[in-house]
Amino acid sequence: MSDVQIECRDLWKIYGRRADEAMKAVLAEGLSKEEVRDRYDCVLGVRDATFSVNKGEIFCIMGLSGSGKSTLVRHVNRLIEPTSGEIHVASQRVDTMNESQLRQLRAETIGMVFQHMALWPHRTLGDNVGFGLEVRGVAPEQRREASLKALEAMDLGGWIDHYPDQLSGGMQQRVGLARALAADPEILLMDEPFSALDPLIRRQLQDQFLDLSAHMDKTTLFITHDLDEAIRMGDHIAIMNDGEIVQIGTPEEIVTNPKDDYVAEFVKGISRVGLVRAETIMDRLDGRDATTKQVQLDAELGEIIEHFMEDQTPVTVMSPDGSAAGQITIKSALTALRG
Amino acid sequence: MELWNIFDTEWVPVGAWVESLLQWVVANFRFIFQAIKVPFDIVLTGLEDGLTQAPDLLILALIVLVAWQAGGRRLGLISLACMTAIGLMGAWEESMTTLSIVLTCVVFCSLIGIPLGVIAAKNDRFWMILQPLLDLMQTIPSFVYLVPIVMLFSIGNVSGVIVTFIYALPPVVRLTNLGIRQVRADMVEAARAFGASNRQTLYKVELPLAMPTIMAGVNQTIMMALSMVVVSSMISVTGLGQMVLRGIGRLDMGLATVGGLGIVFLAIVIDRTSQSFGISARDRGHKKWYETGPVGAVRGLMKKG
Repeated sequence: MSDVQIECRDLWKIYGRRADEAMKAVLAEGLSKEEVRDRYDCVLGVRDATFSVNKGEIFCIMGLSGSGKSTLVRHVNRLIEPTSGEIHVASQRVDTMNESQLRQLRAETIGMVFQHMALWPHRTLGDNVGFGLEVRGVAPEQRREASLKALEAMDLGGWIDHYPDQLSGGMQQRVGLARALAADPEILLMDEPFSALDPLIRRQLQDQFLDLSAHMDKTTLFITHDLDEAIRMGDHIAIMNDGEIVQIGTPEEIVTNPKDDYVAEFVKGISRVGLVRAETIMDRLDGRDATTKQVQLDAELGEIIEHFMEDQTPVTVMSPDGSAAGQITIKSALTALRG
Repeated sequence: MELWNIFDTEWVPVGAWVESLLQWVVANFRFIFQAIKVPFDIVLTGLEDGLTQAPDLLILALIVLVAWQAGGRRLGLISLACMTAIGLMGAWEESMTTLSIVLTCVVFCSLIGIPLGVIAAKNDRFWMILQPLLDLMQTIPSFVYLVPIVMLFSIGNVSGVIVTFIYALPPVVRLTNLGIRQVRADMVEAARAFGASNRQTLYKVELPLAMPTIMAGVNQTIMMALSMVVVSSMISVTGLGQMVLRGIGRLDMGLATVGGLGIVFLAIVIDRTSQSFGISARDRGHKKWYETGPVGAVRGLMKKG
């Protein structure tokens, strides 16, 4: 598969002095998190994570604090060393790279955005954004040009010689984004980038980022603790609990078909209106006639409900070729809405 | 011997051991200590010659300009007043000697203390070993090591610098260690995430962010060096300390007071100036140092002209 951009296979992270011993024991005996803690005094950070991210998509990793999502994402550029497992990024194997290959990968292929911006207060915005180029030895004029371009893409071109503490939180995170994009990397790692912002600004930045990524063709790994945000941003979502990936799927799959009680608890409050599509909830026609109320296969639940406002007869779902594919009764529409 | 008072006898002759150890070191390794003296000697002699032989008013102007640059016009005026007072009291020559000893000490404390602090911040085991050593250097009364220092390094100003160096080194090591450890973890992580090597992370992120704390350490070192001035005059170090010591010896209250006041005025100037160096650019309203003070004024004039 050539279009897989990030892939982690059987990734484990165990913290502690006796991590290697603990790792062997876990593989041999399948110890639980508590057993690892009691027997080896080690902490299980990531348990057997396997996932792949396609080129150009936004892949959300969602979990509560302490679920290991930040730990997991730091394995992709090896800010954290895996205890065991393979990491592939842009057809390079990351877990066996040496120090200088790794630095090159970080500087050229992967950009990262941090929860608390992590802008360096003693550097101007230009020097913040151009840092990746600076450590690679790019000449100052080129650096400034690249910084300016990246800042302008975030509507902050005029601030290049100012300092981070002269900006508001939302602006600072746009600088964080500009810094991640300055070297034009193929991959973006975003560690709860919008969590520290107030709701309105967060919404704006989400939109701005979606807009940006739509015509940028970058692969994004997006960490969040907010399922609403994951659903808004993600093409695929991985839900983590206690260091393990519980479920991976599209937002619709996660919401309509939660794998266990933990995921079900999360999706309970999520609105299905803009998420569930006709194809998912339709029944077979079973010889009944098509009605005049017709929707497409990918029609969202909201549109289907519109049709029941007038009368309560079933809605027919049409294939792209114009034949009837199935029907939806008011009962199944309301069931889907309730979740 | 009575069992109830066993401590009447000296069972462990530590004093004698130390005595013979010292004799042995002096007899066999004195050349090493004489070699250690050389760099201290070069820096001290250079500074002392410069400060005492140049015209007094030139040095006065230089000190005032540096203070103005570091801490603004107010500090410039304070320095002018303090240094003029020292000069008018007739303690100028001595204060220049003391200043050169303190500055030499600061140079070596920074050169050795800042790297030690950085290593300590990166290596917990090293820090564990270093900590009791620093405690020892700070708590052991300096009178105790005056004698071995004299035996190993002989008397004079250079030995004075070395005594002061031992006493004044700990704060800069401690505060450098603290400053580097206190840099926000995500700032360092961000540097690594953008491909910086350990060295680049240290120079471009950790040291600049730790600089206010490190400068507080340097300031503490300076103040401790000044507080050693009188003590070190016992091993015939010249300068303001010797004025005080001579005054005490001859019950000459006037001389001791002049020396004491000289130390106080000098301390004010050095303390304020070195503290001002520690204020980060952020707190100065993001102005580069050369955009303010006398240098800024000259640059402004040159631009207009």
